[in-house]
Amino acid sequence: MNWAEANAGWSWNPAADIQQIWAFPFMVNAFRAGTVVAVLAAVIGWYMVLRKQSFAGHTLSVISFPGAACATLLGVSAGLGYFAFCVGGALVIAAIPRSGQGGRSQESALTGTVQAFLLACGFLFVALYKGFLGGVNALLFGSFLGITTTQVITLAVVAALALGILALIGRPLLFASIDGDVAAARRVPVRALSVVFLVLLGAATAEASQITGTLLVFALLVMPAAAAQQITARPALSLVAAVLIAVLVTWCALVTAYYSPYPIGFYVTTFAFGVYALARTGRALAAIRPDVSEEPANTPVGHAPLGGTP
Amino acid sequence: MSAFSHPFFLHALLAGTGIAFAAGLVGYFLVLRAQVFTGDALSHVAFTGALAGLALGYDLRLGLFAATLAFAILMGLVGKRGRADDVAIGSVFSWILGLGAFFLTLYATHGAADGTAGVGVLFGSIFGLSAGQAWLAAAVAVGIGLAVLAVTRPLLFASVDEAVAAARRVPVRILGIVFLVLAGACAAEATQAVGSLLLLGLLAAPAGTAQRLTDRPYRALALSAGLAVTEMWAGLALSYAAPQLPPSFSILAVATAAYAVTLGVVRNRPRTRLRPVQAW
Repeated sequence: MNWAEANAGWSWNPAADIQQIWAFPFMVNAFRAGTVVAVLAAVIGWYMVLRKQSFAGHTLSVISFPGAACATLLGVSAGLGYFAFCVGGALVIAAIPRSGQGGRSQESALTGTVQAFLLACGFLFVALYKGFLGGVNALLFGSFLGITTTQVITLAVVAALALGILALIGRPLLFASIDGDVAAARRVPVRALSVVFLVLLGAATAEASQITGTLLVFALLVMPAAAAQQITARPALSLVAAVLIAVLVTWCALVTAYYSPYPIGFYVTTFAFGVYALARTGRALAAIRPDVSEEPANTPVGHAPLGGTP
Repeated sequence: MSAFSHPFFLHALLAGTGIAFAAGLVGYFLVLRAQVFTGDALSHVAFTGALAGLALGYDLRLGLFAATLAFAILMGLVGKRGRADDVAIGSVFSWILGLGAFFLTLYATHGAADGTAGVGVLFGSIFGLSAGQAWLAAAVAVGIGLAVLAVTRPLLFASVDEAVAAARRVPVRILGIVFLVLAGACAAEATQAVGSLLLLGLLAAPAGTAQRLTDRPYRALALSAGLAVTEMWAGLALSYAAPQLPPSFSILAVATAAYAVTLGVVRNRPRTRLRPVQAW
């Protein structure tokens, strides 16, 4: 296939278009990596939203930027930097004592400072590694180009490991997330579960960063889960919905990004946000509907005897 | 040859002093009102606003101020209901950042500039300010600082005990919106100095240090502004002495170091009001 033919644009024939996209090994790898990351991020993100730990997710995603920059500076693979910094950061967060230590305002000031400082460190690494400035945008906003088969295998192995651990601790974790006190009383190891979950969250953030970029990890971690939890309250069903939404959003974003000059992070966030907004609107409408349907239903019943229907 | 004979250093010093002064004052109230997350939001909006301004062919600062002020007013009007839902806020921010990435590519492909424009907005380029930009930035920053000082008394009252302040007929809601608008303007200002990703540190670190050092509000407010200006000077000097360190990093490194030292040295005084610690 020559370049002009390959670059023909969207032809409104999905089968032919997919075939054309998959003619390139890098696009096949992008789809593989995107799917793996979407599944892992959706599952971990679902627990994260349930446990209201999105702030920790935000912090971990910020850590991934200096991680990748540091790895590039040291000449090791960026993936190693992502995993080392994110999992390390997760352990640090888990070690921070939860109570005492001043008020909420001190806590938020500390977190804000740490986040900004880590980003500044990332910037320092980038500045020290000269001629790398163009790559900053890819680190921050994601890129699907140049994913090697080795990377895909690494992503898949880590994701399988994380999902396997989650499958083992899934039930007690759900219990501990919904009602920590009762779970602790029932001798569920709440604290250990929370540490394990933070490490899994670090791994998921490190994986998602490599596709969506540091700043847009929330798109895959939070939005599908948040949308799914708007749609249904049943745990198993909303977990499946979150995975489906994440995978669909990633595929659509990959196809769109292939045909346009704009970064994939923009499409992932936009599609995911669209789904989230739809889910919220749908739920709001569903909340209104009973009132609307009640009135016409009630009026004839209440007034029929008075009016004397023929 | 001293640093002061370089025009770029003088411009940075002029703009940096004004910006740090305003950020120290605004940051103290941000921390006191536990609205650091709002500051985080404003920084994301600042990035998208600046790049939208560039991509559409206007001045960067026009986009910056328009976006942050509009968002500040919106947050103020939505009020407390918007603060509760972390997930909703997080989703909106990510999308706004995604839009920023879109404008960045739009600007890089259709504008005359190269792809590094985004890096300047994200991480700041205080040594690149021209004389006119520096004077304007300093003037706006001093204006923000004076506005904060003008509302300091009622704002302190409303921040420390909102219910009592409302009962004493302090216009709590209007004050909240005015403060958010000032914070938005301050975020737009600070973006020019340290960049949109790092301005959170400039807002939070001096304020956190000052709060740790003293419990008295006015003293803490003055200390926060003083610390911010000193840290700005030290950071600029450090970057001048070691050119391989970017100025944004030096400023934040000094601010973080000062905060870390305070955390380590000053013991936490027992507080009368213990609030539940924010969950991770």
